[in-house]
Amino acid sequence: MDKTQNNKAWFLVLPVLLLVAFSAVLPLMTVVNYAFNDTFGQNEFFWEGLGWFEEMVTSDRLHDALGRQILFSGIILLIEVPLGIFIALNMPGKGFWGSFCLVLMALPLLIPFNVVGTIWQIFGRVDIGLLGHGLAALGIDYNYTNDPIDAWVTLIVMDVWHWTSLVALLAYAGLQSIPQAYYQAARIDQATRWSVFRYIELPKMKGVLLIAVLLRFMDSFMIYTEPFVLTGGGPGNSTTFLSIDLAKMATGQFDLGPAAAFSLMYFCVILLISWVFYTAMTNLDREENR
Amino acid sequence: MSRITLSNLAHSYLANPKGDDDFALKEMDHVWDDGGAYALLGASGCGKTTLLNIISGLVRPSQGRVLFGDRDVTDAATTERNIAQVFQFPVVYDTMTVRDNLAFPLRNRGMDAAYIAKRVAQIAQMIGMEDILSKKARGLTADAKQKISLGRGMVREDVNAILFDEPLTVIDPHMKWELRTQLKSLHREFGHTMIYVTHDQTEALTFADKVVVMHEGRVVQMGTPEELFETPEHTFVGYFIGSPGMNLFEAEISGSEARLQGVKVALGAAYGPTTGRTQIGIRPEYVTVSDEGMPVTIKRVEDVGRHRILRAELGGQPLNAMLPEGMTIPADGARVAFAPAKINVYANDWRVAPGDVRKGA
Repeated sequence: MDKTQNNKAWFLVLPVLLLVAFSAVLPLMTVVNYAFNDTFGQNEFFWEGLGWFEEMVTSDRLHDALGRQILFSGIILLIEVPLGIFIALNMPGKGFWGSFCLVLMALPLLIPFNVVGTIWQIFGRVDIGLLGHGLAALGIDYNYTNDPIDAWVTLIVMDVWHWTSLVALLAYAGLQSIPQAYYQAARIDQATRWSVFRYIELPKMKGVLLIAVLLRFMDSFMIYTEPFVLTGGGPGNSTTFLSIDLAKMATGQFDLGPAAAFSLMYFCVILLISWVFYTAMTNLDREENR
Repeated sequence: MSRITLSNLAHSYLANPKGDDDFALKEMDHVWDDGGAYALLGASGCGKTTLLNIISGLVRPSQGRVLFGDRDVTDAATTERNIAQVFQFPVVYDTMTVRDNLAFPLRNRGMDAAYIAKRVAQIAQMIGMEDILSKKARGLTADAKQKISLGRGMVREDVNAILFDEPLTVIDPHMKWELRTQLKSLHREFGHTMIYVTHDQTEALTFADKVVVMHEGRVVQMGTPEELFETPEHTFVGYFIGSPGMNLFEAEISGSEARLQGVKVALGAAYGPTTGRTQIGIRPEYVTVSDEGMPVTIKRVEDVGRHRILRAELGGQPLNAMLPEGMTIPADGARVAFAPAKINVYANDWRVAPGDVRKGA
């Protein structure tokens, strides 16, 4: 049967398009405007071309922030993904304890970002915080406001606490979809625990794990609120990640031109990486359906 | 390889079974001889798979022991039992190639590479997959995957037994026949104990030396196909085996005579007095339609290809009979006769041996 061709249906998309235009596209265009022009206020602009971009690409400050950002995202992915899988593998499957664990795991995900930052900010304080005071009482020299290493450790532990649940829950969902017969067959075939993980559980979890990695990568690459509340980017610049640096530049120093150029490049990087993930995922699907 | 003994075995999926009904498997004592080819036959949900899983150790029985030879394996894990099992639906390791799938059980047992290669080649030839050994298992069709599962079940030579749980459900008919024949020749060649679960009587009767019929969690009869046909121990066996199943009539027995709605039927032997619900059973193959005998009301005649089946009523109870080739049925009502030696007597569904009194529960 021939399908009726009626492209008028596209008009139905119009309301959404308008909404998105006002909420996202137009503000973004303002940023583009600032990125290519210089201004001294009063809505007067001078053409700058690629000047801001050149300045930003060669800026040591940006390179350092990018380096810290990549290190941070790398570390939390390396911890959260294996840890999340490990937790999912050891969660009780059904019954009261299964539900109990699910609720417990979901709790950190429900806490707003700045609250998480505040919780850890207080938790880690040496004078009144349980963690900070406890460590000090044990004779460990710990102070996240002075020591860059301590600040990093605190940030990473905080992120792991906040987000490992997401990976664990996704992995858990993947594990639950494996039919019991696979485990039975593995027992019949005398497979070791490692083989069961390697050949049954991991392949079945691959799809959800890829989504987990994508989500965790994007979120951690854009992280702002939690480190801002906890360390404010310090001590010094040691925990100044890209978005914190960007906010400092734009709203602290009011360098709108460089900040705009910076944020456009930042946006492109995230877009690029998401695209790579998306392509990898669809290729994987295609391979599976072949 | 060893004899498998089930001693005093019963299983319930409930934690605290109360009555008989809570048991998926009722108490049973059975010995499966080393090297036998058994078929486990029964309707869906009668406990066949449970029994199989108990033997392979996937399920631990609520009571009783499982012995391999003289070794008590009731508490031994599946991996320690060295047993092969093929499931109803294909289970393959998606990310592995066909070759790796077949080699997997051998590698887990730490066999050497040369032996594995040789064995995998043999099995691949048997299931007709030599040309796709290097292909990933993921993209294959369901019946190809099931053939891999079968191959994986048979790749180990030293297993105690091979259990098949309705393995040919997803395979198409002509391949079914071929694979069953191969299983049979494999059995003759290697002499593994094989237990084949099915609800298809043709499959059971062609595969096995001994057929075990299960009904509502009980083994009702274990015997050769001939025994199941001639002397079904339970009315369920009579009804389940054969197509159509055995004719059953409510009757009263006195000596070597049964009375069915006032009509006298001669029996092959003398029986003691029976208690409970008494029935006589006769296979449609042993009912002859002739001018003499008991009058029946004809319902219809079905042509099923090789022969025709007469569907009729005898004293208000349904009766089936096989009609010989070319036989015409008198229009004014036919009469039937039963072969006396082929009549079995049942009290409360269980067969009564001649001269014996079986009390109904």
